[in-house]
Amino acid sequence: MLSVHLILFLAFGAVCVAGAVNLLVQRHPINSALSLIAVMAALAGEYLLLGAEFVAALQVIVYAGAIMVLFVFVIMLLNAGVEERTQGSRVAILIGVPGMLVGSVLVAWVVLRHSGTGSVPIGALPGPPKTIGQMLFHEFLLPFEITSILILVAIMGAVVLASKPPTSGDGSTQKVND
Amino acid sequence: MVPLSYYLVLSGILFACGVTGFLIKRNIITIFMSIELMLNGVNLSFVAFAAHWQVLAGQIFVFFVMVVAAAEAAVGLAIIIAVYRTRETLNVDQVNLLKL
Repeated sequence: MLSVHLILFLAFGAVCVAGAVNLLVQRHPINSALSLIAVMAALAGEYLLLGAEFVAALQVIVYAGAIMVLFVFVIMLLNAGVEERTQGSRVAILIGVPGMLVGSVLVAWVVLRHSGTGSVPIGALPGPPKTIGQMLFHEFLLPFEITSILILVAIMGAVVLASKPPTSGDGSTQKVND
Repeated sequence: MVPLSYYLVLSGILFACGVTGFLIKRNIITIFMSIELMLNGVNLSFVAFAAHWQVLAGQIFVFFVMVVAAAEAAVGLAIIIAVYRTRETLNVDQVNLLKL
């Protein structure tokens, strides 16, 4: 018997899997990026089904918003075109696609066989975002503060790496190291 | 009531797709997106387990995974820009020398 919960789960899951496969099939990076955004939006739906509103909002804002905008920005900045097929990529497809199928079937078989009868009701997670914030600032205060240092280092690293080399003269040309 | 194993299977499929993309793609940006796909698959199993055992810490871990993914994306894309500036290519088969 199909409940509404199961139907919603299957719908979002189908979008997820279709987007992930489309990411692999598409050869232009911008198409891959857009299908990855679809995967992330559908995953936000799955999180809502689990009752994790905080994570769902974070997924849309941070992942589908910030990170993917960064990706699309870099794709357009570098004018990335269709990827070409090389000898290496043919070998990789020959080994990688059967590997994925075997891996997926193996994981599905093991999980479905050994996971007992545990099931998750709709909106199962207790606690509003307020509780998560309290946990974040009490139990997980040290990791939270270390994370801020990580972000700071990442900002400085990104600025240093992406800035132009200082020994390139006036720096007004588009490509400095030809 | 959806069985917990369905969520785990979906998460496993997403992770396997990410690994495959990492292996078969030759564009460095797409490889990077495959890594994000793997992180998303892991996040789903974190939240599913958190819902199953009624533990909120799973959501906190997802929060930290997202923060690390954001930092990784910023630094990684900066490295990609630096690589493109020196090599003029995004194909990983042509980026095989440490020194030009």
